[in-house]
Amino acid sequence: MTVVEGSRSRCCIVGIGQSEYTKWGGIKDRSQFQVTAQAILAALDDAGLRPEDVDGLTSYSNDSNEPHLMQVALGIPKLRVAAMVWGGAGGGTCGSVSLACSAIESGRADVVVAYRGLCQGQARRFGRHGPGRVNGNFVDPFGLMAPPQMLAMIVQRFMHLYPITADHLAEVALNARANANRNPRAVMHGRTLTREDYFAARWIAEPLRLYDCCLETDGAAAVVITSRQRARDAKSRPVEILSAVQGSGPGWGNGALSGHNMPDADYASTGYRTLAPDLFGAAGLAPKDIDVAQIYDHFSGMVLMALEDLGFCGKGESGAFVASGAIRWPDGDLPLNTSGGQLSEAYVHGMNLIVEGVRQMRGTSTSQVKDARTCLVTGGLGVAPSSAIILGRT
Amino acid sequence: MAWFSPDMPRPSPNMDDAGFWEGCAARRLRFQYCAQCATARHPPTPICPACRGTEVRWQEAPAQAEVYTYTVIHYAAHPAVNVRLPYVAAVVTFAGVDGVRLVSNITDCEASAVKIGMPVQLWWDDLGDGMFVPRFAPPGARRSA
Repeated sequence: MTVVEGSRSRCCIVGIGQSEYTKWGGIKDRSQFQVTAQAILAALDDAGLRPEDVDGLTSYSNDSNEPHLMQVALGIPKLRVAAMVWGGAGGGTCGSVSLACSAIESGRADVVVAYRGLCQGQARRFGRHGPGRVNGNFVDPFGLMAPPQMLAMIVQRFMHLYPITADHLAEVALNARANANRNPRAVMHGRTLTREDYFAARWIAEPLRLYDCCLETDGAAAVVITSRQRARDAKSRPVEILSAVQGSGPGWGNGALSGHNMPDADYASTGYRTLAPDLFGAAGLAPKDIDVAQIYDHFSGMVLMALEDLGFCGKGESGAFVASGAIRWPDGDLPLNTSGGQLSEAYVHGMNLIVEGVRQMRGTSTSQVKDARTCLVTGGLGVAPSSAIILGRT
Repeated sequence: MAWFSPDMPRPSPNMDDAGFWEGCAARRLRFQYCAQCATARHPPTPICPACRGTEVRWQEAPAQAEVYTYTVIHYAAHPAVNVRLPYVAAVVTFAGVDGVRLVSNITDCEASAVKIGMPVQLWWDDLGDGMFVPRFAPPGARRSA
């Protein structure tokens, strides 16, 4: 991939907001809906905007904090866009931002808040069986019931086909924890993790051990998107959305979350081969131009695949890539998941990764990458449709 | 007696996948093929992705399969699996059935013995009330198979 042209994007993120992040069941004093509404208000305050300025709300993954109720709760006088990205579970994170950009660029909205509220202590734990799974008939009766089990299948084959070892999975987990230990907002702040701890932890679904799996969290996060023109008036430093893509390749269906009938060539992958050319192309950038990345870390092994599928290293080379220290802050070539990610900061279904991407571009991360000008953020990996954005420093 | 506990979620056939489960009820593992262009597909869909035809036929797969990938599951996402922990969920493929993979279980062997590429043999787990689901075991591991 080569630099072909300047960014075509015309939108910025001008505000970020979040609740406290806790282990699932940790937020007992407010409803998930209230927590989400407050994250939206925090994001608007960060931008120097008020609910009266908002005319669009987007989300993903069947977020139950419905926009028409949010409109009432926040006193938004006129909603012009209320839309959610379909399917793909956490695959929709950056898709909700992409949707906001589409609305703004086409003139159908001026200020859109993309949000996700998820208190697993109040709803259900994602690590457990839940009703209504697409094609559930073909997984539930076989005890394949939750994402760690489903995606472990892909990681197992990935490790069979390529020189990827448990030590490489561990490096993703240990990197996340080291970053979380610098981030006071992280659920795992103050709790160190050693390689010995990693290997001593219990199996979840082989080849995934406990610390290969994301947290189950209570929390909410939101970002405010508006036009580049309007962003000039923002209270906080705007961050440019250089590229935003959503989609899926042929035959994925629900991918690893149901029948596992993705094309053979893409089975042991994130499915991002389809998205990557558009993602980099629209930004006029190549993988070597990315200074820091927030890659959806529901499971460590999927992050390794993403490094390959996005072109940060060759196929099968992600193990050696992470073993070289490439993803470590501050000296690696591609510091990764600098807030601690979903393995160690919080699992707000990926929305917290976008918030951290904005912090990196503002220069306010607790693991700030010096002079970082570009940050790549992905949605959920190995699911379809998925999504990604590239953020740029203004 | 069913392999998992009786409260294990059962298949609940719908209009698009009923043909598969009717086969299972007769203890025949049948996959969906396009009647026009003979492309096999799974899970069932109402339209052929290759030629867009809607006529289907259901063709029986071999009873021998191969492990494409697997995971050894060590925790109970549902109470009904407690009796089998740790257990093996696997994706299996069938010679001559291109483009089809099936999620199932590998039973009747140590979890540590399961490997990608190992041959396995179909057996039918009787869930009661006329419903059977396909599971797999190493060849010869189940006398009753």
